[in-house]
Amino acid sequence: MTIYFTKDHEWIRVEGDTGTVGITAYAAGQLGDVVYVELPETGAKFSKGDDFAVVESVKAASDVYAPVSGSVVEVNGALADAPETVNAAAEGDAWFVRVKLADRAELSGLMDQAAYEAFCEGL
Amino acid sequence: MSMNTQGRPTAPAAISTPTIETVSGSRGLLQHEDLLFEIGTSETTGVDLPKPKGLKSRLGGVTRKVDTGLPGLSEPQAVRHYMRLSQKNYAIDLGLFPLGSCTMKHNPRLNEKMARLPGFADIHPLQPQATVQGALQLIDELATWLKTLTGMPSVAMSPKAGAHGELCGMLAIRQALIARGESETRKRVLVPESAHGTNPATAVQCGFIVDEIKANKRGRVDMDDLKSKLVRTDDIAGIMLTNPNTCGLFETDIKAIADLIHAAGGYFYCDGANFNAIVGRVRPGDLGVDAMHINLHKTFSTPHGGGGPGSGPTVFSEALAPFAPVPFVVKDEDGFYRLVEQTEGAAKDSFGRMVAFHGQMGMFVRALTYMLSHGADGLKQVAEDAVLNANYIQARLKHVMTPAFEGFCMHEALFSDAFTADGIETIDIAKALIDEGYHPMTMYFPLVVHGAMLIEPTETESKAELDRFCDALESIARRAAQGDDTLRGAPYLAPAKRLDETRAARKPVLKWTAPSSERVAAE
Repeated sequence: MTIYFTKDHEWIRVEGDTGTVGITAYAAGQLGDVVYVELPETGAKFSKGDDFAVVESVKAASDVYAPVSGSVVEVNGALADAPETVNAAAEGDAWFVRVKLADRAELSGLMDQAAYEAFCEGL
Repeated sequence: MSMNTQGRPTAPAAISTPTIETVSGSRGLLQHEDLLFEIGTSETTGVDLPKPKGLKSRLGGVTRKVDTGLPGLSEPQAVRHYMRLSQKNYAIDLGLFPLGSCTMKHNPRLNEKMARLPGFADIHPLQPQATVQGALQLIDELATWLKTLTGMPSVAMSPKAGAHGELCGMLAIRQALIARGESETRKRVLVPESAHGTNPATAVQCGFIVDEIKANKRGRVDMDDLKSKLVRTDDIAGIMLTNPNTCGLFETDIKAIADLIHAAGGYFYCDGANFNAIVGRVRPGDLGVDAMHINLHKTFSTPHGGGGPGSGPTVFSEALAPFAPVPFVVKDEDGFYRLVEQTEGAAKDSFGRMVAFHGQMGMFVRALTYMLSHGADGLKQVAEDAVLNANYIQARLKHVMTPAFEGFCMHEALFSDAFTADGIETIDIAKALIDEGYHPMTMYFPLVVHGAMLIEPTETESKAELDRFCDALESIARRAAQGDDTLRGAPYLAPAKRLDETRAARKPVLKWTAPSSERVAAE
C-alpha cells in the first residue's frame, strides 16, 4: 500500500489496481469549513487531470482533479450528510472515491509523502 | 397657582452605563421586528371589503378549499414592518459602500425625477408604437451614447443585467460560429483564473468548454500561458476577459491578447463590469473587443443598493453585429422610431430574442440622465476620480495592510491578508468594519489573492469620507496585525451578531414553519 500526492492537493492510496482518492489535510485547512461535497456516480470514467468532484466550503467551491485515469468503483456516500468529515479526517474517513486504475504508470508522475510535505512548505 | 420655574432636568445624571435588556426587544429607537407571519394572522385583515354579491364563480370547481395561511395586516403594520427592516439595512444613501467589482456609486436624485415622468413610467410595452415615440427615442439616444463611449458599431439594449449581457455576447459568438460552419469544432473559450465567476458559467451555459489561463506575478494575464493555450487554434471559440481585471489592474497586453485571439479565429468577449474605471478615457472598440456588456446599474449609477433592477446592454463589433438579438429600435427616414421584432430582413442573422419586451426602461432613463447631466467631460472625470480615490485608499493603507500587487491600481484597491497575525482572517476584518458603521468590502475574491480584500470607493466619496473610512480600516488592520483576538467575535454592535455560516450551509433551514405547527408536530 502506497500513498501518492498531486500538486493540486489530492491524495491517492493504492492497493493492487485500486486507488482510494481524497483531498489532503493541507487543502482542507486552506478551504476552511467544508459544507458540501459533490461526488461522481459509480461507474464514471475520467482521465488524469479531469475534474471529478467539487468541494464547497464557506469560502469557495473548488474542483477536485483526478490524480490518475480510471473508473469509479465506489463513492463515499457518507460525505453527503457529514461534509465536516473532510475537515476532521481529510486523509482518512473523508476519502471521496475508490477507482480502478487505468494505467499504473501514471503513478510515477506523483509525489510521495516527503515530497508533498516539502512542496507544501514552499507554498 | 404659581408658575413652575424649575422646568425639567436638561443635563444627563451622572450614572454609570448599565447593561440593558429591554422588555420590547427594541434597542433605543431601533425597533425590534418579527416576521410578517409572526405579526399578522390569517384570521385578521387590514382591509374591509364587502363580499361580492350575485357573482357566479368562474373557476369551474377548482376553488381553493384550504386557507392560504397568509397573514392579514393593516396598512400601518405593513408600512412599519418594512420601515423597521430598512432601518436595519445598509445603503449607499447611508454611507460608503466599498464592495469591489460592484461600483456602488451615488444615485443622483435627478435620475429619479426623470424616471418618474409619466411618459416613461406609465407606459406599457404593448402600446402602439406611435404612442411611445419619446420612449423609443430615448432608447435610441442611449444606444447612440453607449456606442460612442465604447467605440463599437452596434448595441443590444434588451439584456437585463451583467450576466445576462454576457449570455447575449456569448450567444452572438456562438451564432457567428454557426454561420461560419464551425460551431461544432470551435468549443474552447479561454478564461483567466481571476475572472468573475459568471464568465465560465456563461461559457458553459452556451455549450463551450472553459480553458483557464493563469495570472502572472503582476496580476495580469500570463502571456506565456496564453500562447501555450493557442498552440492549437482550430478549436478556439474566443476569450472572456475583464478589463480592468478583477485585481483592479489594467490588462497592459490587451491589444496583443486581442490580436492573438483574432489570429486564432476566435472572438474577444470583454466583461464590462469594471467599465467605470475607463469610461470616457478608453474605448473598448479600439482594443479589439468584439462584444462587451455594460452594467448600466454600475457605471451609470443606480447601483444594486439603489433597490432597482440591473440592465446589461451589450455592444458588438462589425464581426458580431449581424448576430445581435432582437428587438432593437431603428429610426425611419421620416423620423419615426420603429421596433424591429422579427428575425428577418435587417435582423435575418440575429440569434433571436432574450426577453419578452425591450429591456429595463427605468434603468435606460436613469442612465441617460446620468450621462447627459455629466456630459463627455464629466464622464471622463468620473473614471479619473474613481481611479484617484482607489489609489488614495491604497496609498493610505499600504503601510498597515499588504497591497496584492505593486504599483498603482485602477478603480479598486486590492489587499491580501499577509499582514494579519495568525488566527485573524479577512472575515474578521470585514466583520469589524460593520461595528465601525461600514458595509464590508468584497472579501476572498478574486481567488488568485490569498484572503483578498477588494475595495472600490467609486468617485462618489469625498476626501473627508475616504479619510474617515481609512481611519476605521487602519485601526482594524493594526489590531489584526497585533493578533487582537476580539476581532474574531465582531460585529458586536450590529442588530445581528456573527452568523454561523458553516451551520447555515450544512443544515440550511429553507422554509418558515409556524410555531403552532411545530407544536402540533411535537405532540
